[in-house]
Amino acid sequence: MKSESDERAEQLTRRQFVAASALGGMAVAVGCRAGARGNWEYLTDGQAGTLAAICDQIVPADQFPSASQAGVLTFIDRQLIRHFRGHQDAYRDGLEQANAMSRNRFGLDLADASEEQQLELVSALEHESNAFFELVRTHTLEGYYGSPRHGGNRDAVSWRMLGLEEPPLLGRAQYDLRKGSPS
Amino acid sequence: MKQVNAVIIGAGAAGGVVAKELAVAGLSVVLLERGSWYTANDCRKDDLRNQRTTVLGNAFGPDDDRNPRIVVNSKGELHTFVPSEGPYSNNAACVGGGTLSWGAQAWRYMPQDFKMRSTYGAPPGSSLEDWPISYDDLEPFYEKAEYEIGVSGDYADDPFHPPRRRGLPMPPLPPGREFEILGPAAKRLGLHPFHIPMARNSVPYNGRGPCMRCRWCCGFACEVDAKNGSQNTVIPVALSTGNCELRTECMAKEILSDDRGRARGVVYFDAHGHLQEQLADIVIVSCCAIESARLLLNSKSRLFPNGLGNRYDMVGRNLQGHQYTGALGYFAYDTYDDIGPGADIAVCDYNHGTPGLCGGGMLANEFVRLPIHTIDRLPSGTPGWGLAHKKAMRDWHRRTIAIIGPTQQIPTAEARVTLDPSVKDKWGIPVARIQGNCHEHTYEIGDIQAERARKWLLEAGAIDTRLLNQAQNAEKLTRGPDANKARSLSNHSDVVPAGQHQAGTCRMGNDPQGSVVNRTCQLHGVDNVFVIDSSVHVTNGGFNPALTIMAVAYYASASLVRNWKGTGFRS
Ligand SMILES: Cc1cc2nc3c(=O)[nH]c(=O)nc-3n(C[C@H](O)[C@H](O)[C@H](O)COP(=O)(O)OP(=O)(O)OC[C@H]3O[C@@H](n4cnc5c(N)ncnc54)[C@H](O)[C@@H]3O)c2cc1C
Ligand code: SF4
Repeated sequence: MKSESDERAEQLTRRQFVAASALGGMAVAVGCRAGARGNWEYLTDGQAGTLAAICDQIVPADQFPSASQAGVLTFIDRQLIRHFRGHQDAYRDGLEQANAMSRNRFGLDLADASEEQQLELVSALEHESNAFFELVRTHTLEGYYGSPRHGGNRDAVSWRMLGLEEPPLLGRAQYDLRKGSPS
Repeated sequence: MKQVNAVIIGAGAAGGVVAKELAVAGLSVVLLERGSWYTANDCRKDDLRNQRTTVLGNAFGPDDDRNPRIVVNSKGELHTFVPSEGPYSNNAACVGGGTLSWGAQAWRYMPQDFKMRSTYGAPPGSSLEDWPISYDDLEPFYEKAEYEIGVSGDYADDPFHPPRRRGLPMPPLPPGREFEILGPAAKRLGLHPFHIPMARNSVPYNGRGPCMRCRWCCGFACEVDAKNGSQNTVIPVALSTGNCELRTECMAKEILSDDRGRARGVVYFDAHGHLQEQLADIVIVSCCAIESARLLLNSKSRLFPNGLGNRYDMVGRNLQGHQYTGALGYFAYDTYDDIGPGADIAVCDYNHGTPGLCGGGMLANEFVRLPIHTIDRLPSGTPGWGLAHKKAMRDWHRRTIAIIGPTQQIPTAEARVTLDPSVKDKWGIPVARIQGNCHEHTYEIGDIQAERARKWLLEAGAIDTRLLNQAQNAEKLTRGPDANKARSLSNHSDVVPAGQHQAGTCRMGNDPQGSVVNRTCQLHGVDNVFVIDSSVHVTNGGFNPALTIMAVAYYASASLVRNWKGTGFRS
């Protein structure tokens, strides 16, 4: 049976593909090559599933979306061939190691493990593979709280969560704040 | 290419002012800039890619692919950094330089800031010195900068403000919520809070409208062009004279000199990567402290085997910036008003006059903090990830106030820029190497400033605080993707924090053996080369430096124009 997060990752992959196709020629060509690279620009589907499990422990779902639900995988994936390309090896090795740790402990791929097991594993990762964990932690939080245009923080969900006006109010009447004016 | 009267390298804060002053005086000018000309139309508010938060790179240059630098830590280990990494000490590369995307705090230094050595004596091991010019020499030029660039603010409540002939041309923006919270608290502590002077239109000025108070200011270009830099003030005036030609994406390689030891012009790579030669009667170096030193050091010739103006090994020394420290306060209610630019209240009570301390610095509230900035600035003890972190983001993002300030650094001769003997940039030009540190007393003062900031926040009702001092900054650096590099480097205590406020590398002075330029920014020993930018600062004040950089640029230009006689100088 598929775990919830696995399904989520898959759903996301499907949605990604639709979105990518909508972008036109280039993106469709990428989609057609599918294979091990799936519908990601850099990650394989397997890597994406592992990464989704880790990201969703860093920013779990509550009444607001989790990291992967908000598009953080898209953010990291896109940047792995752009600004984060220097971290490709770290991701490749780190994800493999995380998955190996999971198979060791639970006999399951990390993506197939239960929520509790994933939390246990990510906590272990923080101690045993700190450099990789910090890398993913930082990128996840940057994607989740950064600008929507990069694929994470889809629909500005995190900004709405923090109570920031979205779209922001521009050209507001600043004079409300003057001394003595009604506020 | 046609020979011109003056070639200016770097269209930033200083270069823009000099271009305008010379072009208006009738000199023919070529202004070279390695970056592009962005306008308000290119303005893009990207939390991850701007000049302050560089997760995905700098928005206004230089790019990571072509411009490495080497940083040497105190153990002598070398690390390569690209512009989007902190220890690189980037400012910007575009028309306007740092002043396109700056926070626009437009401070005058205080009279003591020009007389640090005679005020305090030089701590052993430091290179603390007096400037050869005084506040009074610069006062008329501060005023000119305030009026031509456009500064809003109000000094009425600042008892420490030095004498000035005229008020500021624009009133301050109305106070934000943080001002209302911090102002009364500062007064209860006996401090003297007032409105930060800002190069930002509060009312229509100079043909452009006022600030519309958006969330994204410091680090970003302004979409309504209400933020004033050299790109929307002096540079357009220079171009409108018809005497100034601006060439963008042109990277200066070296200054040429002749057999008599005078400069002939500049060799540069144009936008297509072709090598070009621009001959000129005078050459003005305005590349900002690190790159100006690099350019001089790269300008070697028979008469100047160690670089132009570097006979006494002074070029590149005394690199300094500011030691930024302060505190973060957590409040029981929303302090966030989403009204830019955010920073609006300051005190100058701590710049000078504390017994036992060699100076100090201004303290002010910080620019609007974006969600990305809160991630690692939650109350201590908050987990770094998971549901607790997410909830803490919700609890605290709108309930913090940060007070920080630029502590004046005590310079040392060992903090310096040299050329790396092997690493070159994408044009094949040897890159800058940064090493050494400011005097350790700087860090003591910085820590005291942080405590002062904390006290102010507590008085204002903060229910919890967190210091943003040296140790905390180092802790922040040991998280994140570059933790390993950072750990071995420990930016804030190991190598001089130069950064956006970098200065000092071509010190101004009367003694040719102890300085690089004279009191009018003319290179000792080479009468047709001038360094006019942050490099000439002997000390860097306890304030953001750009208004002083511009005032010095007006001052030096005035002297240059006064002494100009056709193709040479009166001597
Ligand atoms: C995000 C940010 C916020 C800031 N906030 C403030 C603030 O609130 N208040 C304040 O006072 N200061 C602030 N600063 C700092 C301020 O911008 C700098 O102190 C100031 O711009 C330095 O002026 P400069 O003339 O020395 O150099 P710059 O303005 O940096 O100009 C130098 C120019 O030379 C060009 N150049 C360099 N080398 C070459 C070469 N070889 N060939 C051709 N061109 C070259 C560069 O591309 C650059 O455009 C801020 C800076 C940044 C980035
Ligand atoms: S806060 Fe004002 S000056 Fe700054 S970018 Fe926004 S509108 Fe422009």
